Amino acid sequence: MTAKQLLLSTVLFFAGSGLWIKQLYAAEINGAEEINVAVASNFKPVMNDLVAHFQQQSGHRVKLSFGSSGKIFAQIKYGAPFYIFFSADQAKPIALEQEGLIEPNSRFTYAIGTLALWSTKKNFVTEELLRLKSGDFNKLAMANPKLAPYGAAAVEVLDHLSLTASTQPKWVQGENIAQTYQFVSTGNADLGFVALSQIIDKGHSNSGSIWIVPEAFHQPIRQDVVLLKRGKNSRAAAELLQFMRSGEAKKIIEAYGYKTLTSTSKTIPITTPITTPITIPITMKNPEV
Amino acid sequence: MSFSEADIAAIWLTLKLASTVTVLLLIIGTPIAWWLAKTQSWLKGPVGAVVALPLVLPPTVLGFYLLLAMGPNGFIGQLTENLGWGLLPFTFWGLVVASVFYSLPFVVQPIQNAIESLGDRPLEVAATLRAGPFDSFFTVVLPLAKSGFITAAILGFAHTVGEFGVVLMIGGNIPGETRVVSVQIYDHVEALEYAQAHALSGVMIAFSFFVLLGLYGFQRKQTSFLSPRGV
Amino acid sequence: MSLPADDHKTIDARFLLHHQSAEKGGFSLDVDLTIPGKGITAIFGQSGSGKTTFLRCVAGLEKSDQGHLTINGDTWQSPSLFIPTHKRSLGYVFQESSLFQHLTAKGNLDYAIKRSAETMTKELYERVMAIMGIEAILHRYPNQLSGGERQRVAIARALLMQPRLLLMDEPLASLDVARKQEILPYLEKLHLAFDIPVLYVSHSLDEVARLADHTVVLDHGKVIAQGGLTEIFSRIDLPIRFGEDTGVVLQGKVVERDNQWHLARVAFNGGELWVRDGGDDVDQPVRIRVLARDVSLALSNHNDSSILNRLAVEIAEISSGQDESIALVRLKLGEEYIIARLTQRSLHQMQLEPGKKVWAQIKSVAIVR
Repeated sequence: MTAKQLLLSTVLFFAGSGLWIKQLYAAEINGAEEINVAVASNFKPVMNDLVAHFQQQSGHRVKLSFGSSGKIFAQIKYGAPFYIFFSADQAKPIALEQEGLIEPNSRFTYAIGTLALWSTKKNFVTEELLRLKSGDFNKLAMANPKLAPYGAAAVEVLDHLSLTASTQPKWVQGENIAQTYQFVSTGNADLGFVALSQIIDKGHSNSGSIWIVPEAFHQPIRQDVVLLKRGKNSRAAAELLQFMRSGEAKKIIEAYGYKTLTSTSKTIPITTPITTPITIPITMKNPEV
Repeated sequence: MSFSEADIAAIWLTLKLASTVTVLLLIIGTPIAWWLAKTQSWLKGPVGAVVALPLVLPPTVLGFYLLLAMGPNGFIGQLTENLGWGLLPFTFWGLVVASVFYSLPFVVQPIQNAIESLGDRPLEVAATLRAGPFDSFFTVVLPLAKSGFITAAILGFAHTVGEFGVVLMIGGNIPGETRVVSVQIYDHVEALEYAQAHALSGVMIAFSFFVLLGLYGFQRKQTSFLSPRGV
Repeated sequence: MSLPADDHKTIDARFLLHHQSAEKGGFSLDVDLTIPGKGITAIFGQSGSGKTTFLRCVAGLEKSDQGHLTINGDTWQSPSLFIPTHKRSLGYVFQESSLFQHLTAKGNLDYAIKRSAETMTKELYERVMAIMGIEAILHRYPNQLSGGERQRVAIARALLMQPRLLLMDEPLASLDVARKQEILPYLEKLHLAFDIPVLYVSHSLDEVARLADHTVVLDHGKVIAQGGLTEIFSRIDLPIRFGEDTGVVLQGKVVERDNQWHLARVAFNGGELWVRDGGDDVDQPVRIRVLARDVSLALSNHNDSSILNRLAVEIAEISSGQDESIALVRLKLGEEYIIARLTQRSLHQMQLEPGKKVWAQIKSVAIVR
């Protein structure tokens, strides 16, 4: 613990004396740590929520860095000081594993993404997928299949539906799932394959229409986490990873529209596709830039 | 190094985009620069600031607002739809419009500076020689402010080539239509295809270096040619 | 359109203009002038008097709120009309070199010829080249020319417009003394060779004395005097001071040349003066300048002094308001006047007053043209 942190804690203690500050203070003197954790941007809202819970319980401090998985991967390769990496896919953690940059056997799937076909227009997406099949839409947005697991999954879905060739001229690709979301939310694309978590987080529910893609239509969108070499001896890092496997964490993750390994189909009835309109009462926020 | 077909398509698209944008910028930027250089209006400050905004705004921010503005609910989108042009995002002309906004200060400012440093005198002289406004623009202003116009064209072109954030936001990564070199490099990096990324980046760096080298060489030649005498 | 008869050739100019500038404060131009539509009219005044602004108004480079301008019958500006500069038949020579530097001297001339409303004749072109003496330098760019050469090209360019009015804004001001002496003869020739009315702005008495036929004196944006050159220069009641350069200009002609002593006798309307022989032939009209500081007064005719020129004069006017020690005395001889500059003490001791007859001793006389 640095002198600055001690000073800050002391000041907070005398100034506030609130319950959680007392707890925090108590925890810190019991060997609390601060760790740097890299997280794929699409998981940002969930991770903030998770970390808040984790910090309160453990007393550790978690400093989060967000970015695209590809950028974080490159940064880790060239010495970025992260203890843990929450990737948006499985490929990059595996690549790190193969390069020996992680603690052996530390990799596991912390969340499984849910793909959704979404439109801001009412009745545009129906169970029968009439519009998608007839081609009666201006653009179909998806994440770049080369870069983003959601994009690859979207192409798998189209393949499964035998719609790849007919829709391809209308594809527009976001570099990531956040941009894909923007293409649809601004109305520039009538249709788009986005992450269910985005729609839940941004509260787009009453105005548009949505089809949650059945799990069987594509490979699961696994998001893996790894403990990096640098975090080997960190108790806080170990505790955070442990927390991620806990029922409490899984509950939070699922509340944001993800699935987890042991609890698939508990929160979302994937067997029967939900059709428009779904009602998820979350207030509208501005889409992130 | 060898390039894939997609890389070469991206290079050609980038050159096409930058050339189109440069021509349009010179046509649009010159009257703006002229007005900014000559006006006494209180609007000079605000208009100059708006033109310069892309210098400070993060490109993704600019791109995001362009995406909103050019979308079906935005004022540009409604205009283009009413004109029967459809929506601009995910099209080549959408990139052109965005790039014109984005590179505007790089064209307006050198031209404005050149016209300002020219002063009123050459125009007055031309008027006393019975040259009307258009006549004197082409026969006096253009040749005398040549270096400003060339600098503007080079900067506008180079800046459009190097543009990334805005294109990323409104392009939709369509091969041959909106997938320019900078986006292609980004894709390579994100896909961990570092060799291809290095090759394309090398081309970009070499291109930018020689463009800027040429520009500075040209400017040095101009300053030594300029004489304090005459107009 | 037929031109009015020569006698009716006039330039009528009325301008009312107010400038608000941060550095100089407010400046107003308020003139209402009728001047001859031929010959050289000097617009004379100190810097800041508004003479350049006046010229710019005539050219249309500056637009006065209320203005009226008629050049020999052509109206260029009235309350309901404003002909823009590029449609006025004028030539303008700016103070500093105004050649387009991206064009050669020839290119600059061609720029004018191409746009002139008149067709160029070979004869005129050659005459202008000969008078301005620039044929040998036409291939050069402005930055390869001397200051004097650049101004000669600029004057030639204005002449090739074949304008109905030539405006010159201190064309010599940016040149050193030697260059001025180089150009002045060209300006004199221009005057004689081309029948174009010229408005010549200057703050130099030398230039005005040498070139002008008519003079307008501006001060603080207003016309304080105008008239023939000799008349204006002989006035001592003007609020502006000419200082050491105070003096009159007399129009005369050579009546005798003394080859032994290299002197010439010049007769004018009021007497005769011996001057240094400048090579002018007998009967040649000349313009001579007598500075006030070179004129002293005596109550009687002393022929024992070294002064060659002694003239009987009558005191017309005494101005002593401007200086505590110096007074100007206006002297009448025949139909002309000269001015003497004396100390207040001499004025007092000699009991000089208007109407008194005295002898003027003139130490030095210069032929200015």
